[in-house]
Amino acid sequence: MPTLIRGGRVIDPGHVNDILDIVIKDGIIVDIKQNALEKGNDTDFTVIDASGKLVVPGLIDMHVHLRDPGQEYKETIESGSRAAAFGGFTAVCCMPNTNPVNDCRQVTEYILEKAAKAGAARVYPVAAVSKGLNGEHLCEYGELKEAGAVALSDDGNPVTNSRLMRRALEYSTRFKLPVISHCEELSLAAGGAMNEGAVATRMGLPGIPNAAESIMVVRDIALSELTGVPVHIAHVSAMESVRAIREAKRRGVPVTAETAPHYFLLTDASVKGYDTNAKMNPPLRTEQDKEAVCQGLADGTIDVIATDHAPHSLIEKAVEFDRAANGVIGLETSVPLGLKLVDAGILDISGLIEKMSTNPARILGLAAGLKIGLPADITVIDLELSYQIDAGRFQSLSRNTPFDKWDVKGKAMMTLVGGRIVFCDKNFKS
Amino acid sequence: MALSKKDILDMESLSVDEITLILDTADRMKEISQRPIKKVPTLRGKTVVLFFYEPSTRTRTSFDIAAKRLSADSLSLSASTSSMVKGETLMDTGRNLEAMNPDVIVIRHTCAGAPHVLAKILKSSVINAGDGMHAHPTQSLLDLMTVRENKHKISGLKIAIIGDISHSRVARSNIIGFTKMGADVVLSGPPTMIPMGIETLGAAVTHNVEDAIEDADVVMMLRIQKERQQQFLFPTEREYSMVYGLNNARLSKAKDDVLIMHPGPINRGVEIAYDVADGPYSFILDQVTNGVAVRMALLYLVTGGAHHADTD
Repeated sequence: MPTLIRGGRVIDPGHVNDILDIVIKDGIIVDIKQNALEKGNDTDFTVIDASGKLVVPGLIDMHVHLRDPGQEYKETIESGSRAAAFGGFTAVCCMPNTNPVNDCRQVTEYILEKAAKAGAARVYPVAAVSKGLNGEHLCEYGELKEAGAVALSDDGNPVTNSRLMRRALEYSTRFKLPVISHCEELSLAAGGAMNEGAVATRMGLPGIPNAAESIMVVRDIALSELTGVPVHIAHVSAMESVRAIREAKRRGVPVTAETAPHYFLLTDASVKGYDTNAKMNPPLRTEQDKEAVCQGLADGTIDVIATDHAPHSLIEKAVEFDRAANGVIGLETSVPLGLKLVDAGILDISGLIEKMSTNPARILGLAAGLKIGLPADITVIDLELSYQIDAGRFQSLSRNTPFDKWDVKGKAMMTLVGGRIVFCDKNFKS
Repeated sequence: MALSKKDILDMESLSVDEITLILDTADRMKEISQRPIKKVPTLRGKTVVLFFYEPSTRTRTSFDIAAKRLSADSLSLSASTSSMVKGETLMDTGRNLEAMNPDVIVIRHTCAGAPHVLAKILKSSVINAGDGMHAHPTQSLLDLMTVRENKHKISGLKIAIIGDISHSRVARSNIIGFTKMGADVVLSGPPTMIPMGIETLGAAVTHNVEDAIEDADVVMMLRIQKERQQQFLFPTEREYSMVYGLNNARLSKAKDDVLIMHPGPINRGVEIAYDVADGPYSFILDQVTNGVAVRMALLYLVTGGAHHADTD
């Protein structure tokens, strides 16, 4: 049955911002206009009353860890893609640091098969830059592309060998696979458990300086400039990185960047009490860095908000801080946390949707947006709904979030993938 | 007055009044160790578990003796003899110990914050015997006791702490403890060993060791660990001793009645010259003696001793 999304505020950044109806047939957007169907003529349609709601292009989280294959007790492709749908995401890009690593056709195909079976958000596999994430040999990008990989990254590990990084950038262009770089200078970061600074000193925890990130950001900018190949910087946390990316963009270097809600909302003060839910890599930085990240989001230096959704169980988190695993989950909190930027006047709604949907699509070379002829990947958001985050009710198998019990406003109410409703909030009547 | 705290985790969480109570109690406890029969029945029937995830001779022995002098039953566990080697987590080991109803768990751990996490989940009292680079409150208390005993005050004194501040839980606890009690703390050491933002704890920093020692009432030297050379923190012990080591020439800049202290174990000839360590200004062994008194006081206070028993 065709679907009608009626009367919502439809925003497709740069194209549309109006009260409109969207008509979907066979999973494709076939019409976007005011009063697309008279009441009474819509009996053959599934009608979704979106009045008072926001209707936006499906959100894309270009940086998640689904832990499958290998660590299915933390997350599976099924649970992770369902968590994504509940959070308003129509697509996620899953990083290759699984066990086995996604560095070959078989793993990529396995991920896509499981995602198809789950039938929630789309899952786009990111394949490894180097075989086994070892930083020694290039993976077979041609075959990985054919199998369905959308990008390349050794995320979790940096590509320490600059020559390999250069060649990966060059070689990847033949297959139009963007390279996503986890920037970390390991010899500077070694042994660190949190941001280096007054808080770490007081807590007696070994620190990781900002330079451990920014040195590699500067290197990757130099390699992008050398090769002319775009590079995407993952999870920017430090003000020096923001500055370097801003300056590079000004010069026309094809660099793009992402950050995550925890970097624009939290500082290393959250680690106090040795809370392992505030432990991630790169670490939470200072107030100054947080402000720089917000400024970078506001002025376009940072293109994308991703979550770096990194599920861990209590086995990894209910331990000594030094020994706890890095990472926080984010799929089911990203929309309300992103809206805090709108509340603070850092982004407008359209700007937020750009960073959570159209910009990631552009960087990944995916068709996206609310346009006639495109698949109906659509998110419906209630901007007014106030509630408290309750990690206990997450679809994700893990609970490692520093945002539990936060009071927030705004929530995804419905998620459609290819015209199919993959999530509908129980309080949203369609 | 009784101590209202269940746990002794760090100097940050102790008030001036609580510190004073602990020091006053320790002063009275010290006498017990000087008796021919060094034992009182105060904590008879109490169980103290000494849980050491990290090697220690001085601190563990000191706690053990303190418990025994108060007639508590004490037993030692180390990481290598506990279920840790079988992969049990700290929390599970803690819960299992608690199931046997100990009154106090004294813990030393290589990870900062481990005692804090344990204290949160256990009903027993937890005393931190050193956690990573974070805190060593019982050492700080015995240092405060030693200074107060010999200077009859703490407020207004100049305390120089010299060495690897970065890796030292003793330095962190003493910066907080001594400044809380009104002293001025000056730190010195190689710039590689001064952690970022340490001045926010209330201490001044000078890279010139002579400036730190000048007119100091107390000079506290920290142990230099040879393996720090691998982290490029200093080139050689030889150079360290020349630039930062405490020798008689440097010591002459301090006050005439200076106390030299060291949390031990000392590296003779590296951070402290052989003769200085044994010289008339050295209170290094007094610290060890007072350590027993401070730990007796803490065991007594956290078990609520002040409510229903006296020190006799």
